[in-house]
Amino acid sequence: MSSRVLSAVLALWLATSAVSRAQDNDAAANPIWQRLHAQLFGGAPISVGDSVVALETPTRAEDAAIVPVAMRAQFAQTKERYIDKLWLIIDDNPSPIAAVFQFTPSSGRADIETRVRIEQYTHVRAIALVSDGTLHMATNYVKASGGCSAPAGKDAVAARAHLGDMRLRVYDAPAAGRAALVQLMISHPNDSGLAMDQLTRNYAPPHFVRSVEVRHGANLVMSATVDFSISENPNFRFYFVPGDAGELEAKVVDNQNLAFTASVKLDSPRVGAVSAPR
Amino acid sequence: MNEACAAAFAAWGLTPALWGLTPASWGQTPVFTWLFAAACAAITWSCAVCAEPLPDFQIENPAPGVYVHYGEQAEMTPANAGDIANLGFVVGDRCVAVIDTGGTYAVGRALRLAIRRVTSKPVCYVINTHVHPDHVFGNAAFADDAPVFVGHATLAQSLRRRGPNYLNALTRDLGAVAAGSALVSPTHAVASDERLDLGGRSLGVRAWKTAHTDGDLTVFDESSGTLWLGDLCFVGHLPVVDGSLRGFLSAIRELRTVTAQRVVPGHGRAAAWPAAIAPQARYLERLLADVRAALAAGTPLAQAIDGVGYDAAERWLLADRFHKRNVTAAYAELEWDE
Repeated sequence: MSSRVLSAVLALWLATSAVSRAQDNDAAANPIWQRLHAQLFGGAPISVGDSVVALETPTRAEDAAIVPVAMRAQFAQTKERYIDKLWLIIDDNPSPIAAVFQFTPSSGRADIETRVRIEQYTHVRAIALVSDGTLHMATNYVKASGGCSAPAGKDAVAARAHLGDMRLRVYDAPAAGRAALVQLMISHPNDSGLAMDQLTRNYAPPHFVRSVEVRHGANLVMSATVDFSISENPNFRFYFVPGDAGELEAKVVDNQNLAFTASVKLDSPRVGAVSAPR
Repeated sequence: MNEACAAAFAAWGLTPALWGLTPASWGQTPVFTWLFAAACAAITWSCAVCAEPLPDFQIENPAPGVYVHYGEQAEMTPANAGDIANLGFVVGDRCVAVIDTGGTYAVGRALRLAIRRVTSKPVCYVINTHVHPDHVFGNAAFADDAPVFVGHATLAQSLRRRGPNYLNALTRDLGAVAAGSALVSPTHAVASDERLDLGGRSLGVRAWKTAHTDGDLTVFDESSGTLWLGDLCFVGHLPVVDGSLRGFLSAIRELRTVTAQRVVPGHGRAAAWPAAIAPQARYLERLLADVRAALAAGTPLAQAIDGVGYDAAERWLLADRFHKRNVTAAYAELEWDE
């Protein structure tokens, strides 16, 4: 090959990698985001900043399989003004829409803490739809971790053995009118099915939690549509405002239509477990 | 096309997902073939600049027939070509067993050249102590020897689940230096204990329950009393938990009762056995206690990652890269105990 052709190839290569670096530094210009903006929000204007929802992520994903993420509402939920939906988007993951959370005024605060998988250097976005119809976005850039950190789980056999175990816990002593912190833990491999068998060229079937719904009596506290960008053993921390006594109930359905439930009585014991596939 | 490039071609052929193209489509696309040739030329050119990697690949010979290469205590970089894990080989009357192959094809090649300087006997076994990239990506350098590739019963599945991500990261972090590195699956799975015969010498291979990873092997050379620990033992380099903290601690308790003339850790040099594993045990025991305390106090994960410390007096290497990751893994494991 002539050196001129080689130079041209190298120049092209350097030019394209320079372009992609520039895009990495410009959250708005990311083509994946531009596509999602059109697809999810019809290109509607979204204000950028953390006045409505703040996003907490590490700057580097220490463990690619378990990266803690928090989306924090900057005001309490009231009937007059509340966050209706929160999207968690990881631009450069195989499936960028990690989760869509739905809240109501009974949620108290539209806060969510969870853990995600981060495949590579990527923008992470929290987008809030407020009850007045406005959209607001906070964005962080997360660096991928080193070469031996993988988004896959730690122990595939153990993950399957405990499939569907759940823990539902209310942390704060429930007091009427005050938002109490809840944690929902779901034992589930949350497999992407993206790992290809090199010999058969088949993909393992995906097996991941698809939906989560938490109710307090008749009131919806939080519901979510999630996928395999959420870490193995999906874990959600959120709030609700206890009204009367009664039960807090969580229902989880995975993509193979296995359903798991857990509940916790709000008057005495505050740790609930017990669930079985139905 | 040079040798590295030919190997790269083979490697990339195995991982078409990296290219977003199926083998059929790129094989039939002249433009792509041309581009590939151009890319190969670029690699040849860049490797002419970076010269022969690993010019002084050192091998030590601590006992008759036992050869050890100590990798650098570092993360993988283009400068060290992924030569960061301890590797080696054992020579029997009939053939040679390789124990781990390094973080790139280049390291595997250097190891193979080192074997050829010592013996002309064939390489009959390539044993991978676990799935991590710094121990497996040199496997491709032994493909021509057609050895039995030996791994834990879980290794094949772990490579499927993690391998594509490891290759992406390797290419991202090492660029052209990673050329030729490929995923080579085990052809022989070890589920518990086995002996591998090298002719007048046998190796005891043991598969462990989930500890450092969910597929750790140790290798014991009975003739010399040499125990290859893989990453069940770190010396100097901060231990890494990528399987189960509790499992790691129980493996250490058991390992401490094993008698060996010498041990080869996965990283660092062991002076005396079992004293060499004591700092790792101390670190992991404290990690267990501190993460349990954080959980008992209701500390959320993100705050535990920043708050749980370690004993700075131990002067661990690479603690800034791995300690927070260990806290994360420990927290995710132990929170179910609460």
